[in-house]
Amino acid sequence: MPETEERIGVLAIQGDYEAHAAAFAACGAETMLVRTPQELATVTALALPGGESTTMLRMLRRDGFDAVLRDFVRTHPVFATCAGCILLAREVRNPQQESFAALDIAIERNAYGRQNESAIVPVETSVPGGPDRADGPMEGVFIRAPRIVATGPEVATLATRDGFPVLVRQGRILAATFHPELSEDRRVHRLFLEMLAGKPPESSFGEPSLP
Amino acid sequence: MSDKNGNNASTGLRLKIGLAEMLKGGVIMDVMNVEQARIAEEAGAVAVMALERVPAMIRAEGGVARMANPKLIKEIMGTVTIPVMAKARIGHFAEAQILQHLGVDFIDESEVLTPADEAHHIDKHAFTTPFVCGARNLGEALRRIAEGAAMIRTKGEAGTGDVVHAVQHMRQITKELRQATVAREEELYHLAKEHGAPYELVRMVAKTGKLPVPNFSAGGIATPADAALMMQLGAETVFVGSGIFMKERATPLDVEHNEKEREEAVSRARAIVIATTHFNDAKIVAEASEQVTGTMKGLAAAAIEERDQLQTRGW
Repeated sequence: MPETEERIGVLAIQGDYEAHAAAFAACGAETMLVRTPQELATVTALALPGGESTTMLRMLRRDGFDAVLRDFVRTHPVFATCAGCILLAREVRNPQQESFAALDIAIERNAYGRQNESAIVPVETSVPGGPDRADGPMEGVFIRAPRIVATGPEVATLATRDGFPVLVRQGRILAATFHPELSEDRRVHRLFLEMLAGKPPESSFGEPSLP
Repeated sequence: MSDKNGNNASTGLRLKIGLAEMLKGGVIMDVMNVEQARIAEEAGAVAVMALERVPAMIRAEGGVARMANPKLIKEIMGTVTIPVMAKARIGHFAEAQILQHLGVDFIDESEVLTPADEAHHIDKHAFTTPFVCGARNLGEALRRIAEGAAMIRTKGEAGTGDVVHAVQHMRQITKELRQATVAREEELYHLAKEHGAPYELVRMVAKTGKLPVPNFSAGGIATPADAALMMQLGAETVFVGSGIFMKERATPLDVEHNEKEREEAVSRARAIVIATTHFNDAKIVAEASEQVTGTMKGLAAAAIEERDQLQTRGW
């Protein structure tokens, strides 16, 4: 477990925030739930959970939380999954939707379809150390998942599904379109903790086959 | 055996429960038309339940209540980007097959509709689409989970705007869960018999102290304070049925033609969403409550004869 001085918050407006807190706890890291701008001011890093991005956006509009959060995600270490990844994107499609534009990707909501199209599939990854500390594919839990359809030059792709990026890193931001918090495989949460401890970026996983 | 997405029974159940996880901390709203669905999404609902009549109208109008017309469900699915749920009658697996074919994200096997089978609930393992079922106690919850439900909700007494039975059922389930955690190993067999639930599931909840699937609350929640109450009692999300779009006991607000009544529905919907997220913060729940104009008139649950209760349907 890497040493870190960071205080990690989990945005708890809605979604599977408890699963994130439990995943961090399993890696030996404490977290606190963040529901207000005041609570956000007490943390130095943030996880944005899965859930419904429209619900989160709607709730963030009250009390000026959105402006404070926009500043935070542009200046602090952030880990986002699924709906959280949509909130961070530069551009959201299907339909267009406001976002914090902190991560240079274009993302398409519900790109695989509805719940009947949700799936658990292995994803190819360059992130080492699975459940038994073995390298290789990682379990990807995709639930009404979005798809990253374009990435900027600063964005490194760390895992792919059918050639599309599903785990990306841009500087201090780590984002997945699937739900590592719902898997036993903790390597994505561990990677974020290593990022907080100052580990240099993972090498990019080949070139994504995107325009 | 795996389905077309390569999911077997185990990963399939994890995906079903996974979607329920995504809905936590939110509000699922009953909607009867496209405009109500739009209002629900704008207000911050995590999902909508598409149906032709909300429970308050079913109660007032009587007759056989069935699955909604697929045309209405498809219209609502085409309108919102959040998950869409729909209700099938208890035991009516053909209605459930239709709902799965339509691609709804969750099926509610609901006592609000007229039951189609007096002995058997739907075998929910046979479906790719996740199911939510109502329960009044731990035994009922575990029987539904054994049949494949991926989410449990308290039944409460739907269509009343009276939260008393939702409270009673949530307290009953959490009390029985606590009792299971202190039972000795040999007592668990007897407990399984008492609850009429599979021993393996009783043993599982005795270890963890919680249901193996998310536990939501429904049935009579009508105000932001009701939502905050249920969340503090242990609900992980709330369903609001008649509480948002009803004016009088059997008359919905006219959100399509009357701007003032549309605003009233919006104010109720938003306030309940805020209160559900900030259920532990009385200041925020108070502010949200202040924004509400009008409240569903409601019907005291104590005034309803037992034979007229919806919660006694299912077993």
